[in-house]
Amino acid sequence: MDKILRVDMSALSTRIETVPAAWAGLGGRGLTSTIVAAEVPPTCHPLGANNKLVFAPGLLTGTPAANSGRLSAGAKSPLTGTIKESNAGGTAAQMLARLGIKALIIEGLPEADKWYSLHVSKDGVTIQEETELVGKGNFAVIEAVEARLGKKTGVLTIGPAGELKMTAANISVKDPDSKIRSHGRGGLGAVMGSKKIKFISIDDQGAPGVKIADPEKFKTAARTFAKALLDHPVSGEGLPTYGTNVLVNILNEAGGLPTRNFSTGQFAGAEKICGETMHDTIVARGGKPKHGCHAGCIIQCSQVYPDKEGKYKTSGFEYETIWGFGADCCIDDLDDIAEADNVMDDLGIDSIETAVMFAVAMEAGVLPFGDGKGVIRLLREEIGKGTPLGRILGNGAGSVGNAYGITRVPVVKNQGIPAYDPRSVKGIGITYATSTMGADHTAGYTIATNILNVGGYVDPLKKEGQVELSRNLQIATAAVDSTGMCIFIAFPALDIPECLPALIDMINARFGIALTGEDVTNLGKYVLKTERQFNIGAGFTNKHDRLPEFFYTEPVAPHNAVWDFTDEEIDEYWNF
Amino acid sequence: MHITVKLFATFRVGRFAAQAREYPEGTRIADVVRDLHIREAEIGTIMLNNRHAEPDQQLNDGDNLSIFPLVGGG
Repeated sequence: MDKILRVDMSALSTRIETVPAAWAGLGGRGLTSTIVAAEVPPTCHPLGANNKLVFAPGLLTGTPAANSGRLSAGAKSPLTGTIKESNAGGTAAQMLARLGIKALIIEGLPEADKWYSLHVSKDGVTIQEETELVGKGNFAVIEAVEARLGKKTGVLTIGPAGELKMTAANISVKDPDSKIRSHGRGGLGAVMGSKKIKFISIDDQGAPGVKIADPEKFKTAARTFAKALLDHPVSGEGLPTYGTNVLVNILNEAGGLPTRNFSTGQFAGAEKICGETMHDTIVARGGKPKHGCHAGCIIQCSQVYPDKEGKYKTSGFEYETIWGFGADCCIDDLDDIAEADNVMDDLGIDSIETAVMFAVAMEAGVLPFGDGKGVIRLLREEIGKGTPLGRILGNGAGSVGNAYGITRVPVVKNQGIPAYDPRSVKGIGITYATSTMGADHTAGYTIATNILNVGGYVDPLKKEGQVELSRNLQIATAAVDSTGMCIFIAFPALDIPECLPALIDMINARFGIALTGEDVTNLGKYVLKTERQFNIGAGFTNKHDRLPEFFYTEPVAPHNAVWDFTDEEIDEYWNF
Repeated sequence: MHITVKLFATFRVGRFAAQAREYPEGTRIADVVRDLHIREAEIGTIMLNNRHAEPDQQLNDGDNLSIFPLVGGG
């Protein structure tokens, strides 16, 4: 029987609850956002006793469905002040699902100035005081937890950034190789840090496993689904070969690669940091060009990037990180960016927010553009040690902009704008502006249709069709984020007709229900509206659904494009 | 006329990353694609001078032509 685990850090008590009927059909983002909206007062301080941190595996997590091992984490975000869902790979989601845990809800704040850890097993969840690992980096935490509890133990952990309650802090998830995936965006690591939880360990021995109502139907649908993933050129060939970093060149050619703190749209050093160069470097050094973030991933967009001596340097080395430190900070040395990625994994800080932040810091004169070694030094010596400067940097792009009086600060709802310039790729601008999460490319990835010719084509430089495109993708994404599926299943789902029906068939076979495509669309709409209602309660209005002023007034090369949507045109997004 | 041709991802294998090439007046994008032995069905995106383009578009002296297989990420 599925259950909810609830941890009260004020009383230092835990309990097991039955799943309310209203939550039974929900998972992943749909469930975390429902719980946060139902139980967290929208006006609460995100780092106070009334915020709750919720983890939920998706509807299909723990089944043999390909690419279904994503974990959603939700809370009120200390970075944006909005509701937040951030999802990640790693081993934890499947372990929680096999244990029959629908959600883990952590509430309250401990009174004593002590640190704790949680341990999740078939018997529920327990709270222990933690002393040894306080102040340690994430790699040391994972190593120590494995030494204490066994190699197979799942781990969710925060590094120094989370302990220091920096609003760019993430929650790290152990991957199948004992390395790190991240609930990156929105500062959820600070929420975990505010509750004084250094790590959560998971033991799934004796787990009942996930029961499938109609195994035959499930098997057939799962096969069709996996075939679509392997047949599509993006998920079947491009992503496993070049990783997400294949995007550097295509965005650079399209003039949509934000460069030098969003002051131009093309980077002269693109070839040095692009996916093709990264692939050749990994192969030449004996690394792994393909790698899955969770068991059952057949896309394998991750990789293991070694240093010049062939030793592990980083993994899960993503386009947005490489774009941010590369083009946006003008660092054209992939090894410096890889080192920074490794340090950020260890500190537990979002690599998108941090990259966007560093470009603003460079504009502010904190360090020169292109100073890769300076970035690594500031990460270790200032952010890692929580110095006054480190705290300003660790609170993200908006924080640095405020501290230094910078006006070109690419954030929406205080969250850093990632890797696609909204002036020259206009659909993604609608997503940045309207997402319930603050600027988040994954919320409605119009790049697929604006740039990549996936799911049709909508001209990136024109306004026509962008609002509808972003709306449709945000609705679909909110539904997909509730299944535990990797968002990259959207590439085949947009192009291969059998893919989405197979996904719905798997959900139906898993639960013995009969959802239609329309039901799934309605789930997506429900999730978005639930999240928006929370944000309205927190004080957000349509006036917050806007891009920063400089996008309206500063044309970006090579197209000399500006952000030219009227307020009324943007607000049309919510007309559903 | 001079055309700068750039290839990306798998299209580079056995070909090149970027090359200045000579083509006669009236050459269309599809002619360059054929010249490079790329199957049109494998093409994801064509960009001509940083704008999305179609295979039947004619080229002009000094053009920058970029050809991508279907790629994605994010």
